[in-house]
Amino acid sequence: MRRPLIVGGVAAVIAALPLVAPAYHLTLMLPFMAYAVVLLGLNLLFGYGGLVSFGHALFIAVGGYTGAFLTTHTPVRSLELMLLAAAILGAAIAAPVGALCVRYVKIYFGMLTLAFGMVFYSFLLKFYRLTGGDEGMRVLRPWLLGQDLDAMPKVAYLIGPYYYYSLAVLALATLAMWRIVHSPFGLCLRTVRDNPAKAESLGVGVTRYRWAAFVISAVYAAVGGALLGPPTGNVDPTLAYWTHSGNLVFMTLLGGFGHFFGPVLGAFVFIFLQDTVMSVVPYWRLVFGAILAGLVIWAPGGLMALGSRLRA
Amino acid sequence: MILEAEDVRHFYGDVCALDGVSLQIRAGELVSIIGPNGAGKSTLIGALTGAITPTAGTVRFKGRDIRGVGPVRLARLGLVRSFQLVHVFPELTVRETLEAAVVSRLGRGRRLFASLARDGEVREAAMAVAERFGLAGKRDTLARQLPQGDKKLLDVASAFAMRPEVILLDEPTSGVSTRDKTAIMEMLVAASRGSGTGAMILVEHDMDIVFGYSDRIVALHQGRVLADGTPGAIRADEAVVAAVVGRPPAARPA
Repeated sequence: MRRPLIVGGVAAVIAALPLVAPAYHLTLMLPFMAYAVVLLGLNLLFGYGGLVSFGHALFIAVGGYTGAFLTTHTPVRSLELMLLAAAILGAAIAAPVGALCVRYVKIYFGMLTLAFGMVFYSFLLKFYRLTGGDEGMRVLRPWLLGQDLDAMPKVAYLIGPYYYYSLAVLALATLAMWRIVHSPFGLCLRTVRDNPAKAESLGVGVTRYRWAAFVISAVYAAVGGALLGPPTGNVDPTLAYWTHSGNLVFMTLLGGFGHFFGPVLGAFVFIFLQDTVMSVVPYWRLVFGAILAGLVIWAPGGLMALGSRLRA
Repeated sequence: MILEAEDVRHFYGDVCALDGVSLQIRAGELVSIIGPNGAGKSTLIGALTGAITPTAGTVRFKGRDIRGVGPVRLARLGLVRSFQLVHVFPELTVRETLEAAVVSRLGRGRRLFASLARDGEVREAAMAVAERFGLAGKRDTLARQLPQGDKKLLDVASAFAMRPEVILLDEPTSGVSTRDKTAIMEMLVAASRGSGTGAMILVEHDMDIVFGYSDRIVALHQGRVLADGTPGAIRADEAVVAAVVGRPPAARPA
């Protein structure tokens, strides 16, 4: 009974934040909420499926570029349609890529996803006409629920309507993922993670479940990626670059993949810590590297596990 | 005839593991497969459960050739095996483990948004199995935290939760104490009779267990069926005793 209370409380705080927090911090909440959606999906694969993808930024890029393409090359400006198109395209690409990748596990799975990520990165870089090459593409300000908000000042748009829109998407994504991990499907996925041979002996088809988890996580990444574009107004190939995938894994480890909300917490800490460290010293990767090393050694369960250990 | 092997041969390269094995399993039977190491027991189990496609010969489950069907579908069709080494899901509780088996049996694994907690049928079926195997009191314990004997029980219980028509147990009592062995066997036999499980096939090294519980014994030697008969008949066959059993078996344990 405590968990719904905490989750509700956190949601209420995020919802009330625009009343009190400075605009700068509110604009940082936007990538947080986008990444939170991505990581909810990634953790279905990682925490519940036992597969670590080092190429998941591919699907963020798919989502980001889908939104960019729609707003610049077509008359579509509705964010709902952008998210829907991102989800469909993410699933369409993940279906064949996943079918190949999930035949392998552990490092081979990781390397294969990394390879696909790099292929997509090169595609974005080289197909200049379609993708704008290394300069990327602009993302025009989307309409929200059919409302043309072009007249609003940019910051007001982002920390007002766009902020609440992102929060609503995150809330829906959380609810859907909560149901997925607590469904019969979620249970079978965990059997596949824990002991594939035993799972098969109980009639649970291992590759089928891994594949489904891969596609669902890709849909989440694409939706999160589509949310990531509008605040900066631009997407570029680094979205698909492997270091971006690495950041996703880092965020997941930071928060803790053993907990449903671990990766969401990880995304939050990552975004705000990165901002703080970057404003103090230019070498944020150095600091983050040290944090990652410390985490793996002293707190392999991430901040969530650390939290429950301190409580106990 | 619920499960039937006909002239099954299998080669690993040039090495012949099974050299024309035929056997029939009838519903309700408890059949033990015995034989020294290298006799072909593991290969035979693999062939009977679809994990190995034999080089030649056919295996029929409920009259249907299982070639190409695969162990996952066979398990859902009612042909379930357990492994020699203990296989559990370390991070799942006892209840979750049994629920997973029930979910699989009922074909509900595709339900992506359904609430497992509100599925009374799955919950009750899983708890019934837990009760039968004496694991109900540990329903919320993680499998990795169970003592070795309970892990083995959970492993076998999850196979029974599939309500199999044929259950193939590869050394269900290996790695547990002599006292626990008898307890596990009693529970298995009771579960098999009680839940109407069709046939049970045991692969066992412990001859007290084999002769104490089997309706029929199949003795393998060098990839061939050396003998196939009741415990009494096998015990009387000196050649089999010398080649396979190794020592005169004791009477059924009390």
